[in-house]
Amino acid sequence: MSTLPTRKKPPRVGDNPIFRRTLIGIVLVLVAFVIVAPLIIIGVEAFSKGWVVYRDTIIHPDTLHAIGLTVLAALIAVPVNTAFGIAAAWAITKFDFWGKRFLLVVIEIPFSVSPIVAGVAYLFVYGLQGLFGPLLDAYDIKILFAVPGIIIASMFVTAPFVARELIPLMQAQGRDLEEAATSLGASGFRTFLSVTLPNVKWALLYGVILCNARVMGEFGAVSVVSGNIRGQTNTLPLHIELLYHDYQAAGAFASASILATIAVFTIIAKVLLERQGAGRVRKTANPAEKIA
Amino acid sequence: MRRRNVLPGLPLSLGVTLFYVGLIVVLPLVALVFKAASLGPADYWQIVSSPRAVASYRVTVLSALGATIFNLFFGLSLAWVITRYRFPGRRIVDAVVDLPFALPTAVAGIALTALFANNGWFGSVLESWGIKVAYTPLGIMIAMCFTSLPFIVRTVQPVLEDLDPALEEAAQSLGGSDWTIFRKVILPLLTPALLAGVSLSFARCLGEFGAIIFIAGNQPMSTEITALLIFIRLEEYDYQAAAAIASVLLLTAFFMLGITNWLQARALRYTVKG
Amino acid sequence: MKIRLENVVKTFENFRAVKDVSLDIESGELVALLGPSGSGKTTILRMVAGLEYADGGHIHFGDQDATDIPVRDRGVGFVFQHYALFPHMTVANNIAFGMKVSKVKRDRAAIEARVTDLLRLVRLEGLGDRFPAQISGGQRQRVALARALAVDPKVLLLDEPFGALDANVRRDLRRWLREIHSELGITTLFVTHDQEEALDLADRVVILKDGQIVQQGTPQEVCRDPQSAFVMKFLGDANVIAAEVRDGRAHVGDISVEAPGVVDGKAELYARPADLDWSAEGPGIAATISRVLDRPDGRRVLAVTAAGEQLEFNVEPERVVTAGEGGFVTLRRAKVFAV
Repeated sequence: MSTLPTRKKPPRVGDNPIFRRTLIGIVLVLVAFVIVAPLIIIGVEAFSKGWVVYRDTIIHPDTLHAIGLTVLAALIAVPVNTAFGIAAAWAITKFDFWGKRFLLVVIEIPFSVSPIVAGVAYLFVYGLQGLFGPLLDAYDIKILFAVPGIIIASMFVTAPFVARELIPLMQAQGRDLEEAATSLGASGFRTFLSVTLPNVKWALLYGVILCNARVMGEFGAVSVVSGNIRGQTNTLPLHIELLYHDYQAAGAFASASILATIAVFTIIAKVLLERQGAGRVRKTANPAEKIA
Repeated sequence: MRRRNVLPGLPLSLGVTLFYVGLIVVLPLVALVFKAASLGPADYWQIVSSPRAVASYRVTVLSALGATIFNLFFGLSLAWVITRYRFPGRRIVDAVVDLPFALPTAVAGIALTALFANNGWFGSVLESWGIKVAYTPLGIMIAMCFTSLPFIVRTVQPVLEDLDPALEEAAQSLGGSDWTIFRKVILPLLTPALLAGVSLSFARCLGEFGAIIFIAGNQPMSTEITALLIFIRLEEYDYQAAAAIASVLLLTAFFMLGITNWLQARALRYTVKG
Repeated sequence: MKIRLENVVKTFENFRAVKDVSLDIESGELVALLGPSGSGKTTILRMVAGLEYADGGHIHFGDQDATDIPVRDRGVGFVFQHYALFPHMTVANNIAFGMKVSKVKRDRAAIEARVTDLLRLVRLEGLGDRFPAQISGGQRQRVALARALAVDPKVLLLDEPFGALDANVRRDLRRWLREIHSELGITTLFVTHDQEEALDLADRVVILKDGQIVQQGTPQEVCRDPQSAFVMKFLGDANVIAAEVRDGRAHVGDISVEAPGVVDGKAELYARPADLDWSAEGPGIAATISRVLDRPDGRRVLAVTAAGEQLEFNVEPERVVTAGEGGFVTLRRAKVFAV
């Protein structure tokens, strides 16, 4: 009996070997040029003036302060957005109420709004010429051009991150488990902790990690509300801009390398979490479609 | 029939959600719209239609259009290659697609500038061919391409993965060539996802700031994007002008959202049960 | 078109799905591939279609070796288990697809006329403008058939054609498919795991187990003369009774049946519920009735033999039997297979 290894699988659309190799080739080259090259150049430029300059940049008080502020912003904005994401996902997926679709659209707004627009919008809430400005000024509370402003602006741009990961998953899982737990006498909080959370923990972590990456890297919104005061209201991305425009390119890239490293770890974490099934719930083309 | 819901926590969870969304998302946007509206129609129009503003819209929209069209082809090819072919390094390619999302925009901005500056790795080569990228609209486009690429890949990829192989087999058994099947069966089924990706990508391009300001020349009337013009107006303490121009960007974003939903509903008409 | 499979082999990873299958299908014949899941029946169908390539052996269409011809050039009509209708095309466009993409160019009017004909053939006149999501499962099934027929295939292949439908719809469609087959006379091969469907519909039934053909023949042949315990059990309910074969007869207690060709020693006796009866006196297999199930067409009796075997058989509706009653199970006919 003849066994022909060439007769493996009938070709699918696009399996023509020439087409296949050409397309893979083009895509790989473009990925290398467009995505990978920027990552490499950061490392190259960061060490272009040698290790000593790199180290000096990193341990410079301004850099350390910027790192501290970035971490502080993440430490506040990420947990708050996580709590919000859980609350929103619980309300939206476990209950039916009027205006649910609209609420979903509103939650996703920050994705479509330019960070600059967001920053400007905050000026008109907390700035001197804004809604609460005069009131805040009277009590001598500083939000804009200070740390609270940075944190609030970060919250805006990352508000949907956790909710967006949880909602499709919790929607797909339905309400039966929670109803069973409640009927057995579990409290709402207990039900969430022991029934809902174990099923969504990877998706939750996935959302948290993406949220964190965005908070630490946010530039546009933060640059509007921070006031750019060196050593006081500079986050790491703002510090990079400052150094760069100060003609300290190597320093800017050294600082950038910290954020680039975080980005790489974020991607690794993302891949690992996807193996656990996070981020895998198919988003329909129109997210609102699912929540009918 | 609507069954009675026995689950607890609606008042708390919905309360928290509405409060947070109201305070963090809605309030500032409403404040912005009010500020812009307080200008009065004549002043508002004068600001948003000033030659410098219009030039900024033009360069922003055209660059965003160019970047989105490029990403449409590149993103679709990338999603296709990742889902349909098996080759060494496929998983790595799949992973690095997210880099533009994970990498802060300012970092991307200085990296792209270093690459495309006339003494950079790519810039020097392109310069010898007579192509200038840094400090031109082309640079703006490249920065936009970089930051918005994952949108199209990540919206198309799951749909492509879930595409029922039997549809393709059916088309093959009916005698369709690869190109015909792609055009008449696969592409139409990807269209809603492509539309979603394109509109997300385009919206992101319109609003992008961090990645662009380093590589764009930021010359008024030629390489100044709208987001930057808003920023400049703020630095000049011209808050009303900043509000007015920002409101244009905001309304454009909402308009895009509306258009997208409408287009997708149209593209998915066939799924509606009759 | 006559189809011939010659020593066809297919292996997936390390799993041999089809082992050395040879099969002839005459022109115009309607043949069922029947078997449990994992028996390789769908793989054979897909190899005939060209949706899988055989690892060994040959597939002939008429005089032509079709083994390596890709599906798009093979000229088969394939009806998929879940129909695989193009969701974004109307019913009419689904049916017209094959004609539109064909290398043989047809003008628009010819295509439209053919679509109208096909819609009439599958009794879906007036539904041409609907989308697949807007019609019922049975209607989708018929659209899938019309789409496959539109390209004038040499062979029609159907993968579990009625698997996803309700029992009623299924019965109607079965009869209707038979009619269409008589009308068009196209060589047809279909896959099913439902014996009733295969027996009702096919000219010839090919029964598969673990990638091999275990028996083939007309419905009458396979029903009346199953060649193995597997076929016997797979085709319908069967009672199994331990027996002892001596000199060409199988003995159970004080009764015996013919067991031609079965070697002496332990054997199993297979009998359909209709092949057994109940009697107050012997000879027979002593048993006690444990339950009586009443059904519209008779009474089903469950009994336990002295040896502890569970037997099921039918008695006439008016027969008085009660649980707990003792008596004898008698045999009208039975098949004997060596253990």
